Amino acid sequence: MSPIVNPAVNPEATTFNLERGLAAFRAEIDGPVAAFFSSCVHCGICAQSCPFYLETGDPKYTPILKLEPLRLVWESEFTLWGKIKGALGLQRKVTDAMLAEWEELIYDSCSMCGRCSMVCPVGNDIQAMVRKSREGMVAAGHAPEGLAGAAVRAVKTGSPMGLQWKTLQVQIEHVQTSSGLTVPVDQPGVDYLVMLSSMEVINFPEYLEAITKIFDHAGVTWTLSTQCFEATNAGIQIGNKDIAALLVERVVDAAVKLGVKNVISPECGHAYTAIRWEGPNLIGRRYPFRVFHIIEVLDQLRAQGRITTEGKELDRLSLHDPCNLARKSGVIQQQRNLMDLVADQFVELPEHGRFQWCCGAGGGVSSNERAEPLKLAAFKRKKAQIEAVEPERMVTMCATCRTQLEEGLEHFNMDIPVVGLTELIADHLVDKEEPA
Amino acid sequence: MTAKKHSVGEHLRDQGVSRRAFLKFCTASASLMALPPGLIPAMAAALEQARRPSVIWLSFQECTGCTESLTRSHAPTVEDLILEMISLDYHHTLQAAAGEAAEAAREQAMKDNFGNYLLIVDGSLPGPDANPGYSTIAGVSNYAMLMEAVEGAAAVIAVGTCAAFGGLPEAAPNPTGAVAVMDLIKDKPLVNVSGCPPVPMVISGVLAHYLAFGRLPELDEYHRPLAFFGQSIHDRCYRRPFYDKGLFAETFDDEGARAGWCLYRLGCKGPSTYNACATMRWNAGTSWPIEAGHPCLGCSEPRFWDAGSFYAPLSVPTDLSSTQVLTAGAAGALVGGTVATLARRTVETAAASRQPVTADELEQTL
Amino acid sequence: MTALTDPMGFLLFTKGPLFNIAIAIFALGLLARLAEILLLGRRPNFAEPRAGEWLPGLRTVVTRTLPDPGTFKRAPFNVVTGLIWHIGFLVALLLFIPHIELIKGLFGVSWPGLPNPFVDLVTAVTLVALAATLVHRLNHPVKKRLSTVEDYLVWTVTFLVVLTGYLAYNRLINPYPLALGLHILSAELFLIILPFTKLTHIFTAFIARWYNGASFGRRGVQS
Repeated sequence: MSPIVNPAVNPEATTFNLERGLAAFRAEIDGPVAAFFSSCVHCGICAQSCPFYLETGDPKYTPILKLEPLRLVWESEFTLWGKIKGALGLQRKVTDAMLAEWEELIYDSCSMCGRCSMVCPVGNDIQAMVRKSREGMVAAGHAPEGLAGAAVRAVKTGSPMGLQWKTLQVQIEHVQTSSGLTVPVDQPGVDYLVMLSSMEVINFPEYLEAITKIFDHAGVTWTLSTQCFEATNAGIQIGNKDIAALLVERVVDAAVKLGVKNVISPECGHAYTAIRWEGPNLIGRRYPFRVFHIIEVLDQLRAQGRITTEGKELDRLSLHDPCNLARKSGVIQQQRNLMDLVADQFVELPEHGRFQWCCGAGGGVSSNERAEPLKLAAFKRKKAQIEAVEPERMVTMCATCRTQLEEGLEHFNMDIPVVGLTELIADHLVDKEEPA
Repeated sequence: MTAKKHSVGEHLRDQGVSRRAFLKFCTASASLMALPPGLIPAMAAALEQARRPSVIWLSFQECTGCTESLTRSHAPTVEDLILEMISLDYHHTLQAAAGEAAEAAREQAMKDNFGNYLLIVDGSLPGPDANPGYSTIAGVSNYAMLMEAVEGAAAVIAVGTCAAFGGLPEAAPNPTGAVAVMDLIKDKPLVNVSGCPPVPMVISGVLAHYLAFGRLPELDEYHRPLAFFGQSIHDRCYRRPFYDKGLFAETFDDEGARAGWCLYRLGCKGPSTYNACATMRWNAGTSWPIEAGHPCLGCSEPRFWDAGSFYAPLSVPTDLSSTQVLTAGAAGALVGGTVATLARRTVETAAASRQPVTADELEQTL
Repeated sequence: MTALTDPMGFLLFTKGPLFNIAIAIFALGLLARLAEILLLGRRPNFAEPRAGEWLPGLRTVVTRTLPDPGTFKRAPFNVVTGLIWHIGFLVALLLFIPHIELIKGLFGVSWPGLPNPFVDLVTAVTLVALAATLVHRLNHPVKKRLSTVEDYLVWTVTFLVVLTGYLAYNRLINPYPLALGLHILSAELFLIILPFTKLTHIFTAFIARWYNGASFGRRGVQS
C-alpha cells in the first residue's frame, strides 16, 4: 500500500492519538485475522514457543495476549456478536491506557520471530498480527522511542544508524586496498545490486570484502549504489507502512535507475523480509527485478559450480538460523549446503531451521534500548541450545543476530566467537590466502 | 350382570375354580408385582375374604383394543380369573343390555356402591373446553359421564394409553380436544395402566393388588404401577447384548434381522419405554413385538404417536425441517455478509482516510 | 398431556422444536461467522511467491493436528490431554451408532460405528481428560491468565454434553427420557453457543490453518 494523501483528511488530526491508532488497527483487519481470532481456544501453547515467556515465566508475555487490542477492534467492529455485545454495553473498548500498557508487550517482548505462528494448534499466524498491531501502535503514539528514532534517522539520513555514504566510501577504499579488487559503484546493467546494512558496515566490515572476493571469484557482475545502500527498513521494525514504503521505494528507485536484474539483501534478517516479501505490497506493485538474500545467491553460485573452495574449518561449528531468513522466508537448506562446503565438523542446534529459536534481538528489540533486560532474558533460550551442542564457534547470516549472539555469549562468559557465513566462504575460495 | 355381594373366594368356588388354581394365580400376581413370597398366603387370604367390588367400566374415545387385550387373551387365564373377582356392573361393550337399560344399570350400581366402586376408563375424552359432541354415550358427553361417575368412585384405573395419556385421539393436531383421565381427575387415587393395548396381566395384577391390600400399588411419576413399569424394555430386552456389542439389524430382512440383532436402528423405542412386555410377553407368554422382529413403538409412553416415525431411531429429531435450517443458514450468510461488507468498507475507509505517518511526526515524539 | 414438565414431554421438546431452534441459531450464527471471515478476504500479494499456497495450506490444515516434537516436550500435559479429549469427543460424536443415525437422519450419509462398550470407555476417558484440562486451566499460569468467563462456559457446556451422554448411555439418570432429554439439551446448548464462542474453532481452525500454511508456504516454508 503506498501512502495515500487524502485531501479529505482533517489536517488538524496530524498528531498521534487513539482515534488514529484505531483507524490503523481497523485498516489491518482482513480474512486471516478474522479466522485467527475466531479460532483461538486459549490453550496457551503459543507461550511455550515464546522465548520471552519461557525465559521470564511471566504469563503476560503469552503471544496471543499481545494481540488483545487488535482482537478487541476486530470483535467490536467486525463481528455480529461483537456488535450485539456492544449494543448491550458488554464490549470492552480499546483505550489509550490499554495501548500504553501493551507497548511493552507488542514491542519490547516480541521479536516477531514467528515461532508461535508455527506451533499454534489452530494455525494462528500470531507474528503477522503483531506486525499489524504495530501499525495501530505507531498511529496511536505508542511506539518505543528507540524505534521512532531509528525510523526518523532512516528517513532523514538514509540509515537507521545515521551512517553516511562517505563512511561507506572509506570502507570501500579499505576493501579495495586489502583485496586488490575493485568494488563497483553505480554500474548500470549489472546482474546484482548489492545492498548493505549499516550495522554490517560499522560492526562487520569483513562482509563487504567477502562478497567482493566471492563475486570476483565467481565472475559475477555487481554494483553498489550511491543513491541507496541501506537495505534495512526501520519502518518495518516500528511497524509503519508509510515509512516502510518510503524506504522500500528508495531501493526500488536505485535498482530501476541502474537497471539491475537482481537485488541482493545483505546478511540481515528483517531487511530481507522487508524487501522480499513486504516491499512489493508496501509500494503496491511488482518489482522489475528479483530479490535474493546473499546466502541464496551464494548457494546458487555453488550449485552452478561457480564457487570453488579448498580446505575446511576444522573446529566444531554450529549454525544459528535467523528467524527472518529461515522460518519466515524459507532459506533453510542453502546455508547448510554452504556449511558443508567449508565446515568439517558441523553440528546442528537441537531445534533448527523452521523450528529454530530466536536470538532475542529481532523485530526491533535491539533498537529499543528499554528492552535490553528482556532481550538478554530471551537470549537464554539460544544460550541453552548452544550449550547443548557445545560448538567452538557459531555461524550465522544476520548482523543483528550476530551482534546479539556475540553480546549475549560474552555476557554469560562463554568463549564462543560468532562468524558470518559469507566471510567463511570467502576464506576458503581457491587461489586465496588461507585464513590466518 | 347384577351386583353380587359375596366374597371373591365364594364366587370363585361357585364358578368352579379350584383352590389350587386360585393359589397359583396369587403366586403369579405376587411375583409379577415383586412382592415377597411371604406375602402370598396373606394375599390369598385377603383375596379370599375380599368382597367382590363393583366395577364401572367407561369406554370413551377408544378402539376396544384394551378390552380385547383383557378378554380375548388365551383362556383359561388369570385374566379370566380376575374378571371373575369383580362385579363388572357396567361395560357397554361387553354387557348384554343396551340403551336405556344399560345406562340404568350404571346409575344403579353407582348409587348402590357410592364411595366404594372402582372406576375403570379406557379411551381419552374431549376435555371440558372441547366440543362435547365429539364423543357421547346415550347423549351424554364423555366429560359429563366421567365427572358424574368419578364422584362416588373409590379409585380410578385408566386402562390403555388413550385413557392414561390421551393416546391416539390426542395426537397432533388433536381434533377432538382429547385429554387424559388424569388431566381431569386430581382428587381420587388413580392408576394408569398404559400400553396400546396394555399387557393384560398388568390390568389383573393391579386389580389383585387393590383387592388384596385395599389400596393401589406403588406408582411412578406417570401414576403407573412401578412393579410393571419400573424398568425399560431396553433394560430387560433379550436383544440387549447385541446393542451392547454394537450389532444392529439395519433392514427388516438383512443378516442382522435374521440373526436377531438389536432393532435400535430400525427405530426401536425400547430404551425410552417403560413396560413389562419384555418380561411378561404376550399371548400367554408366547412372544412379544421385539421377539417377533419388530421394534418397540413405545406405546406405553406419553405422546408416542407424536414422537416421530416409529421407524426412525430414538436419536433422530422428530420434526426435522430442512427448509428451516436452510433458511436460517441463508439468513446467517446474509447477516454475516452484510456485517462483513460493512466491515470491509470500514477497512477501506480506514485505509483511505489513514493519515500517513511521517518522519517529522515521529521526530516530534522524541 | 402436553406439559413440558414430564420426562417424555421434555425429551420430545428437545428432540423436536428445540432441536430445530438450536440448529437454526447454529446455522445462522455459523454462516454469519464464516461470511465475516471469507468476505473480508486478503489483499493482493505482489511479492514473487517461492511456492504455491494451496498445497502448503492444505498440508498445514492436516499437520497442525499434532504438535512439533519440541512443543510436545515442553507442554506434554497440555498436548496429551487436549488430544485425548478431542479424539474421544470425536469418536463419541461420530462413531456412536445413535449419533450416526442422527447424522443419517439429518444429512442422509452414514458410516460404520464402533461397539457401544468401546465408545462408552472412550467417553469415560474423555470425561477424565476434560476434567484434567479444567484443572490445568485453573492452575497453569498462562492458561489462568488467558481464561475468561467464556472459557469456563464453553468447558462446562462441553463437559455436560459428554457427561449427560455417558449418564444416559449407562442409564444412571432415570427415567431414560429425562436422561436423553438432558443430553440432547446439552448438545443443543453447545450448538447454540458454538458460533458465538471459541467453539467456532471447530470450523474456523481449518480456515486459520489454511491461511497460515498458505502464507508460510508462499514463502517456501511448510508451517
